[in-house]
Amino acid sequence: MTDPLFYVFYSVTHYSLNSSGKTFLLALGFCLYFSFFSFAQSPDSLNQHPPILTLIGDDTLDIDEGDTLIIAVSSIDLDGTIPLLTAENLMDSAAFIDSLNGQGCLVFAPGFEQEGNYEILLIASDGVTADSVTVAITVNDITVFRTSRIAVLVFMLIFSGAVLLYTNWAKKGKTLFVRRIPGIDAVEEAVGRATEMGKPVLFIPGISDIDDIETIAGLAILGRVARITAQYDTPLYVPVRYPMILAAGQEVVEQAYLEVGRHDAYDKDTVRYVAGEQFAFTATVNGMMMRDKPAANIYMGAFFAESLLLAETGNAAGSIQIAGTARPEQLPFFIAACDYTLMGEELYAASSYLSHEPLLLGGLKGQDFVKVILVAVIILGVILMSFDIGGWFKHLFVVP
Amino acid sequence: MGESLSFVQHFEIWLRAYLILSLFSFLYRDNVFYKLSEHIFAGLSAGYYVGLIWQTVIIQQLVNPMVDNGHWWLVFPGILGVLMFTRLIPKWSWVSRVSLAFVIGNTAGIYIISSLHGLIFPQVASTILSLDTGNGFAGTLLALLVVVGVISTLIYFYFSKEHTGLLGATARVGIWFIMIAFGAHFGYTVMGRISLLIGRAEFLYYEWGGSLSQIF
Repeated sequence: MTDPLFYVFYSVTHYSLNSSGKTFLLALGFCLYFSFFSFAQSPDSLNQHPPILTLIGDDTLDIDEGDTLIIAVSSIDLDGTIPLLTAENLMDSAAFIDSLNGQGCLVFAPGFEQEGNYEILLIASDGVTADSVTVAITVNDITVFRTSRIAVLVFMLIFSGAVLLYTNWAKKGKTLFVRRIPGIDAVEEAVGRATEMGKPVLFIPGISDIDDIETIAGLAILGRVARITAQYDTPLYVPVRYPMILAAGQEVVEQAYLEVGRHDAYDKDTVRYVAGEQFAFTATVNGMMMRDKPAANIYMGAFFAESLLLAETGNAAGSIQIAGTARPEQLPFFIAACDYTLMGEELYAASSYLSHEPLLLGGLKGQDFVKVILVAVIILGVILMSFDIGGWFKHLFVVP
Repeated sequence: MGESLSFVQHFEIWLRAYLILSLFSFLYRDNVFYKLSEHIFAGLSAGYYVGLIWQTVIIQQLVNPMVDNGHWWLVFPGILGVLMFTRLIPKWSWVSRVSLAFVIGNTAGIYIISSLHGLIFPQVASTILSLDTGNGFAGTLLALLVVVGVISTLIYFYFSKEHTGLLGATARVGIWFIMIAFGAHFGYTVMGRISLLIGRAEFLYYEWGGSLSQIF
């Protein structure tokens, strides 16, 4: 099955699952147009120019064993087709990824027995003609233990030790103090308001996949929110962008309903897949906000350019809004458009604050311990540098 | 737009213009044009991503390395992926938690090292500055600003004590630094968004306008 057929199938399926309006046929027409257009652009009818492949960066590169090298390439075809990108002479630990939009990247992570010189041929083809570039990579031999990164190891051991120690204390019943964070208290207030108004709560766990730590923090907070909505019998909507988040979100929400003894009230469609593309997701969620008018919108996770679009629409819909993200470039928008905002690490602190679970509290306290050490290190370093004897000390933190 | 456009080119420009204008119509209120564009956008992207993931992940990162390079050990992540499909069978859906646990656990572990290595250490190294910069009072003030900014911001994010007394005062200095940084980010990002808007306006004016003038 070729890609255009996938698009038709999933476009129509998605539409038919999400709408039952008269515009179904129109949507089908548009989908068929796109698919037909993809097929119609056959190489024979349109191909007049060869594609042009451009390497972003140098074509001669050095890398140490154990490091990761990422080389980006970009291609265009003046005939309007999207060139297919491939790589030849790929060595072990190397992969080439064609993003199918004219862009691609070579990822090479040489192991500790891959010292040597390599040449990789990157090709852009439109099916008839092709362009290529050669990348020369030298892999330098290094020892397995990197003494230049010893400071990372030391800090890692300090952090791990602190987390284990605090977790152990919490398990033994010792009270671990965590200061009040205003935005977190507002979560329960917002769900209470939704219950009183008989309207749903909208929770968005960011738009990153599950390999983003902010998403994991967002899912932890989702668990707490779902417990409250389960207790109050308040509808909860959780639109997601990735299938893995769909699975993880469903697990988290179901577990929350189980814990409060309301498994019968759990609806699998509480967490629903919306769209894979960033702004398609945003457009759909904006539509949900204006149609369902949720009483509370909670944004917890990694957000990007869609942050203000979501928050402004929620504001226009009259919802109480609570946001939390660690993206400094998006926080200003949330601060401007939301009632409460968890900034940066407050997002991570929120999950442990809400749950009071020993493991999460131990992590939070361990981080605080490391922060104290970092402040001390900076003050000591500045004093040493000011007396012109701190070069060696600063060098400890310069990681190659 | 000097050269004459074909029917297909006209159609494509009008389709793009229709989608842009119907999405902009949301600024007024939710309406049927917006709904149609929203569903086309969401549906197409869902389909596109299936094709994208099939090609870039399943084929390029799993099948090709196994078949062409003999990387048989990739069968293990492949199995983890297949386990996710057990969610379709309620009785066996718990099996998918193995894959989820693997990914979430790995993410947390990798993130700790990459944060130390890529974020925290470079920040510490850049903050360890000499206050005697040799550039006079301005140089010392700038270095002091960086040091005080980083330390007070770190203290704002310290959760183990109430922010009262000296700690509270330092945290308040930190929040000032944070807000000034956010203001700069806000301006920077708004400028980026305006350039995107200009791009769409240019399309409507030049390309759609050109098509309009050719037709009428």
